[in-house]
Amino acid sequence: MDLTLKIWRQKNSQAKGKIETYPISDISEDSSFLEMIDVLNSNIIHEGGEPVAFDHDCREGICGMCSMYINGQAHGPMRGTTTCQLHMRSFKDGETIYIEPFRSGSMPVIKDLVVDRSAFDRIQQAGGFVSVNTSGNTQDANAVPIPKANADKAFDAAACIGCAACVATCKNSSAMLFVAAKVSQYSYLPQGEVEAKDRVVNMVNQMDKEGFGNCTNTGACEVECPKGISLEYIARMNREYISATVSSEK
Amino acid sequence: MKLSSIVRKLIMALSGLFLIIFLITHLVINSFTLASSKELFNDAAHFMATNPVIYLMQYVLALGFIIHIGMGIKLTLQNRKARPEKYAFNQSSKNADLSSRSMIISGGLVIVFLILHLRDYFYEIKFVGLPEGTTDYDLVVNLFSSPIYTGVYVISFIVLGFHLNHGFKSAFQSVGANHKKYNSAIKVAGTAYSILISLGFSTIALVHFINQYSFN
Ligand code: HEM
Ligand code: SF4
Ligand code: FES
Repeated sequence: MDLTLKIWRQKNSQAKGKIETYPISDISEDSSFLEMIDVLNSNIIHEGGEPVAFDHDCREGICGMCSMYINGQAHGPMRGTTTCQLHMRSFKDGETIYIEPFRSGSMPVIKDLVVDRSAFDRIQQAGGFVSVNTSGNTQDANAVPIPKANADKAFDAAACIGCAACVATCKNSSAMLFVAAKVSQYSYLPQGEVEAKDRVVNMVNQMDKEGFGNCTNTGACEVECPKGISLEYIARMNREYISATVSSEK
Repeated sequence: MKLSSIVRKLIMALSGLFLIIFLITHLVINSFTLASSKELFNDAAHFMATNPVIYLMQYVLALGFIIHIGMGIKLTLQNRKARPEKYAFNQSSKNADLSSRSMIISGGLVIVFLILHLRDYFYEIKFVGLPEGTTDYDLVVNLFSSPIYTGVYVISFIVLGFHLNHGFKSAFQSVGANHKKYNSAIKVAGTAYSILISLGFSTIALVHFINQYSFN
């Protein structure tokens, strides 16, 4: 396939970036999107240029690093996939493809397509954990009864890979889907319930502090989320947050 | 005290739901103008103007609007600020419907209508006073003799219906009411409600407009 790529180039976090155009040819339909960029970068290097910086790690849809806004959609046109799971057969020969970094004031561009997602780490640190003291003896996991339905819901929430497609897609740059998934993956389970009230309040407060926008329930995040995290978790977090704030003695 | 994003959303939803209930009451009273006797509407208007509870509700209603509008503008400004650099190419229509993406625009158009509406009725009745020998009913019906007025009125209610098409179900989500068993019912109720409001208010206006012309 022959393609025209329009890629956001930005030297560093301070520099002003701009879209640059790169023609590329002889790309196999069976190559992945990232492999196509690898080919582009090797061409650029051969010509003595600076390769396009982009995040990637697992290349199998589980690490959440490969943030790219492709042709106006987070992770490109395929639903339920990350960029690394996208293949060139999703595009037409001769097509022009826009490739931009995920955009959010809370996740500034570091270089080219690489953004700083440490806001997510700080939200996690604010409460996305359970405090366990095993004193050297790990308890048998099956000793705590957990309803199957709750285990399933917690598992579905835990499928979130922290990729930030939700933030990138949301017109408000809201992180509610991510935070809701990370709150719910614990609060559905008895081990997480103990700290549930503090967790939801602290994580939401940190989210606000990071400057993410307010959710307006457009539902775009749910559509673009590669892991199919449901809006149901946002509503549940709203309930949890409101009841924790009302009942908290702090 | 700084409100958290979820509390701000809650305020938006509760004020929106309050306005949703108000619109139903308003529609019922407006429908009285279709009755064969003017008295039904005039009596209702008189009741609304004199009953102390309703009198108090005027202020609650005004407050409801102010809170909803003020918070709506604040949220929108914050949300714009959250993404300083826009995408060069964005396909937002692929993942969210138009009414959910344009709440501030549909809301803003409703404000324009609200101001006209307050000027034409509230101001006329409260501060100018009705001309000798005319009633509230006559004021309403006379305004609908203008094709421009009627046109603006009908368009405004279509815009409001558009606002409600997203607003109704969104308010339920904001207060945390999202449940597999009830979601489709909420969605259907929201669509039905939006259509009822758009069609209801517009039909009443159009009936009066057409009636005036058939008399001439
Ligand atoms: C009778 C008139 C109105 C009714 C019944 C109404 C109803 C609603 C409802 C139910 C919502 C959803 C709340 C939520 O998502 O939790 C909403 C959202 C919104 N409304 Fe209104 N509204 C009205 C007028 C206005 C006006 C005049 C404005 C002008 C600024 C406005 C601006 C907004 C905005 C910006 C939102 C989206 C905010 C968000 O989703 O967080 N509305 N409205
Ligand atoms: S909720 Fe979905 S889109 Fe958002 S960070 Fe998690 S996996 Fe990515
Ligand atoms: S590179 Fe790990 S999810 Fe794409």
